[in-house]
Amino acid sequence: MSDTTAQPANDHGHDPHLAHHFDTPQQQFTSGKIGMWAFLVTEILMFSGLFLLYAVYRANHYDMFVVGSAFLDTNLGALNTVVLLLSSFTMAWAVRTAQLGKRNATVVLLALTLLGAAGFMGIKYMEYSHKLHLGVGPGNFFDPSDEVILPEPEPSGIIEEEPTRELREVAQAAESNSDSDPAAIEEEPRTTLPQPHRAEPGISAEARYHSFAEYTHTTAHASTHGEHHVPQFRRERLMSARPFFSIYFGMTGLHGIHVLVGMGLITWLLIRAARGTFGPQYYTPVDFVGLYWHLVDLIWIFLFPLLYLIH
Amino acid sequence: MSDDNHSHPTVGHVVSLKVLIVVILALLALTWLTVFVADPAFDLGRTGNVVLALGIALAKAGLVAMYFMHLRYDNPLNGLFLIAALLFVVIFLGITISDVSEYQPDLREAEQAQQAAP
Repeated sequence: MSDTTAQPANDHGHDPHLAHHFDTPQQQFTSGKIGMWAFLVTEILMFSGLFLLYAVYRANHYDMFVVGSAFLDTNLGALNTVVLLLSSFTMAWAVRTAQLGKRNATVVLLALTLLGAAGFMGIKYMEYSHKLHLGVGPGNFFDPSDEVILPEPEPSGIIEEEPTRELREVAQAAESNSDSDPAAIEEEPRTTLPQPHRAEPGISAEARYHSFAEYTHTTAHASTHGEHHVPQFRRERLMSARPFFSIYFGMTGLHGIHVLVGMGLITWLLIRAARGTFGPQYYTPVDFVGLYWHLVDLIWIFLFPLLYLIH
Repeated sequence: MSDDNHSHPTVGHVVSLKVLIVVILALLALTWLTVFVADPAFDLGRTGNVVLALGIALAKAGLVAMYFMHLRYDNPLNGLFLIAALLFVVIFLGITISDVSEYQPDLREAEQAQQAAP
């Protein structure tokens, strides 16, 4: 049942939205759609530049992605994915109701799509503000606060007591060639004891474990365990992970801008739909903004696993 | 605005609501799956993890493109645009990465040198 209102008939027998250089609304629509797809191609290629940046850094500096994803909440990312998928669904449904001339349904579905978009931006805002609070922002906003810096190691008793014992053993071994614990003297003897909080990074904590891999695994596990746990890393490792945050904010930021633009476009559609503009002969703007919105969703479908699901 | 919604057929194909609902349910299921296999228990190594995650993402993307974006029912030319774009992205990323990976050994050397020297 169409609930659109009639318009004064000065349209010489065809839909007023049919431009004169097209023979039929069908031809106009398919021509426009090719143009819209050409635009989507440019959008894909634009984002591919950032995906390339991601790929190159991940290939050559994998560790920063392990560090970085400790700061990303998988649940919020998944929630954002679901919200965007649902908004894509309501958008596709709105195209359908516009095609069928169902004005009220179109308005409701476009409003729901807008709501989903707003929800997405709200969750993004929460994520961004949390990161900025911890001091892990992009570019010049990267200044990690103390709560994300792992204090120099003193958690296990072995570390605290060994230095003194080790130095003594080293001194003895150097004199008498006795083979006390070989593991403790495999590194060069240090001339100063480690300071509790201001030790230089380097061969401090890693030396105490069998391998670097074991140390980073233990640290990473401890820091990602628990939802509300603030991740902590050694200062040096965190600073090396700095480019990750530029990549994260750059990619999600550009995507977020696209979501905001989409919200503007959907609002424009909402107003036109409420006026009864769309029907079976003319629903082009709904269809094309729909294509744009699905592309925004597509990009997030790839962003989510690449940024949030690295462990 | 059209005042003849009853008399004129719809321009273009109308997707059935049932299809839309099936697709969104499939998408939500695939989203759950991708989070599920991201658990460290399913570790397939660095490359394996990425391949699996991207594989699922590709499946979701395919569903969105074919049904939500209407490519299944459209003139094949539209789909050709998308495939052409993806092809150029593959060339873009592929050649750049093969070039960049040339200096990966130098990076490893520099990293190890940095770790050895205090």
